[in-house]
Amino acid sequence: MGRWLRTRGRAVAPYGLGLGAVLVIPAVLGVIPGVAPGYVLYLVSLALIYAVVAIGLGILIGHTGQISLGHAGFFAIGAYTSALLTLRLGLPFVVAVLVAGSVSAAIGFLLGLPALRLSGPYLAVATLGFGLAIPQLVVWQGSWTGGSSGLHGLPLASLPLGAFTIVFRTDQDYYYLAAAVLIVLTIFARNVVTSHTGRAFVAIRDSEIAARAMGVDLVRYKTTAFALSALYAGIAGGLYAHLLHGISPEDFTVLLSVDFLTMIVLGGLGSVGGALSGALLLTFLQNALTRLPVVHDFKNLYIVVLGAILILTIAFLPHGLAGVMRSVRQRWAARVRDGAPRVDQIVELGEGSGVR
Amino acid sequence: MSGPLLEIKGLTISFGGLVAVDGVDLSVNTGEIVGLIGPNGAGKTTVFNCISRFYEPQRGTIRFKDRDITRARSHEIIRFGIARTFQNVELCRSMTTLENLLVGEHTVVRGGAIRDGLRLPGVGADEARATARADEMLDVLGLTAHRDSVVSTLPFRLQKLVELGRALVSHPALLLLDEPTAGADHRESQGLADLIRRMRERFDLSVLVVEHDMSFVMGLCDRLYVLDFGRRIATGAPADVRRNPAVIEAYLGEPEPQVSDA
Repeated sequence: MGRWLRTRGRAVAPYGLGLGAVLVIPAVLGVIPGVAPGYVLYLVSLALIYAVVAIGLGILIGHTGQISLGHAGFFAIGAYTSALLTLRLGLPFVVAVLVAGSVSAAIGFLLGLPALRLSGPYLAVATLGFGLAIPQLVVWQGSWTGGSSGLHGLPLASLPLGAFTIVFRTDQDYYYLAAAVLIVLTIFARNVVTSHTGRAFVAIRDSEIAARAMGVDLVRYKTTAFALSALYAGIAGGLYAHLLHGISPEDFTVLLSVDFLTMIVLGGLGSVGGALSGALLLTFLQNALTRLPVVHDFKNLYIVVLGAILILTIAFLPHGLAGVMRSVRQRWAARVRDGAPRVDQIVELGEGSGVR
Repeated sequence: MSGPLLEIKGLTISFGGLVAVDGVDLSVNTGEIVGLIGPNGAGKTTVFNCISRFYEPQRGTIRFKDRDITRARSHEIIRFGIARTFQNVELCRSMTTLENLLVGEHTVVRGGAIRDGLRLPGVGADEARATARADEMLDVLGLTAHRDSVVSTLPFRLQKLVELGRALVSHPALLLLDEPTAGADHRESQGLADLIRRMRERFDLSVLVVEHDMSFVMGLCDRLYVLDFGRRIATGAPADVRRNPAVIEAYLGEPEPQVSDA
């Protein structure tokens, strides 16, 4: 890990930014209670949970180059698996969330198989169909999924530690839980994308021909990328269900899938730190918009804004927030080193790098 | 091992009624540098794509190290010991030179998403070894100065060299080079020929090369195959092929060819 951070200087900035945010927010919001009201902590927890999905989706879209417009489906699978296991079978929260992640990963693997034959818009439509189908299946199987009214009264999240059991009662407790999960999964994602597996992912994105010629098994690595990103969405879904203590199919619309996509586009494709910042930013933006007094009766304002963000980001910030950070950092480094930016650095700014 | 390193028999493939390669026999012995030449559309790159298993031949067999690889999967080929470059460069454009060479070592490094994600013991050491091997190859090819440059910012000639390094770093037994001199001037081509010979000595390499530059091929290759409209029209030592009337008529179009840009 340490070696990678040192030898790959340009990879550090967005990562440091994201991880820094995760570490600074507890210091600000956790250590000084009273400053942060409960609903802010709840909102941050929600943002951190979405960030887990965004990081997983970033591995799939940003690194491997395989689009998914159906990640709300995996999020729903995780949420429902976890909710049903705790409610109906009385399984512990931790077990339920881990199983939720595994079930979602398994379905991600299966969805990855047709993806081998599809690309670009065709894959987008196929995954969109998946995302649309999941809430419909939930409603259809209403006898055990609660149908369109959903599942409610989920038990508090708890973590058994030997003789003790930590119960996450307050918004602050849950915030720490979400932050801990996010940090662990951020490091895991970071390790994957900066290693052998991550290089194979990016090789597939850059050139499937080259990847195959270099011995990358497309079947194995594409399904791995799908399973991995579904694992993240599934775990996040489990956390989400227990944050809200209840879920219903309308929590998992296609709009949520577009949310996830916008998060990683805004943050910067191919950047773990970018996915994190994008998730935090959009969650707060959505909340802020619903609180604007002038437009609070314009319920779909957020959708309009979301579309605008997508278009503007793609047009003006093709490498997202991570790209902005990188270019600022490189310009700064160049100025410090030799007084002026070098040509190759300027060229590199426009290109973006591979494995970050 | 008995027989040649690579042995192709009766290779035939057609695309929508057009026979691109028609019953071609070809072999490469251990240690040989063999050239595959012919006019545009003769089917040279198609032969490469059949060996790489990107194309499915309708008839014929491809044997490598006495093993039938005609139905192998494309990602397995490099594991058997055949690495290749591409006519128009297929690099991972967003990656640095070093990262591209690390991709070239894909089959050499142990994998596993969970192993990598958890940084299990051994991952760091594997990465360090892979990086050391890549650095050594960059040194051999004189690419060390471009180690951390994103490859799409490099001139085409250097990109070709990075691709060569990426193919060599897995230490293949057979190297397939698709127009290595593209984008190079005469002097650079001669440098490239020297480099390929040096690589043959250093890595016990056999080479099959598709090329347009006749003086390059004549100086480099031990043996030549000439394709025209998918058929093999001549084979033999460069000096003999150069005098072959069928070759002169089909490909060179002039009695005493020096350089062709066909």
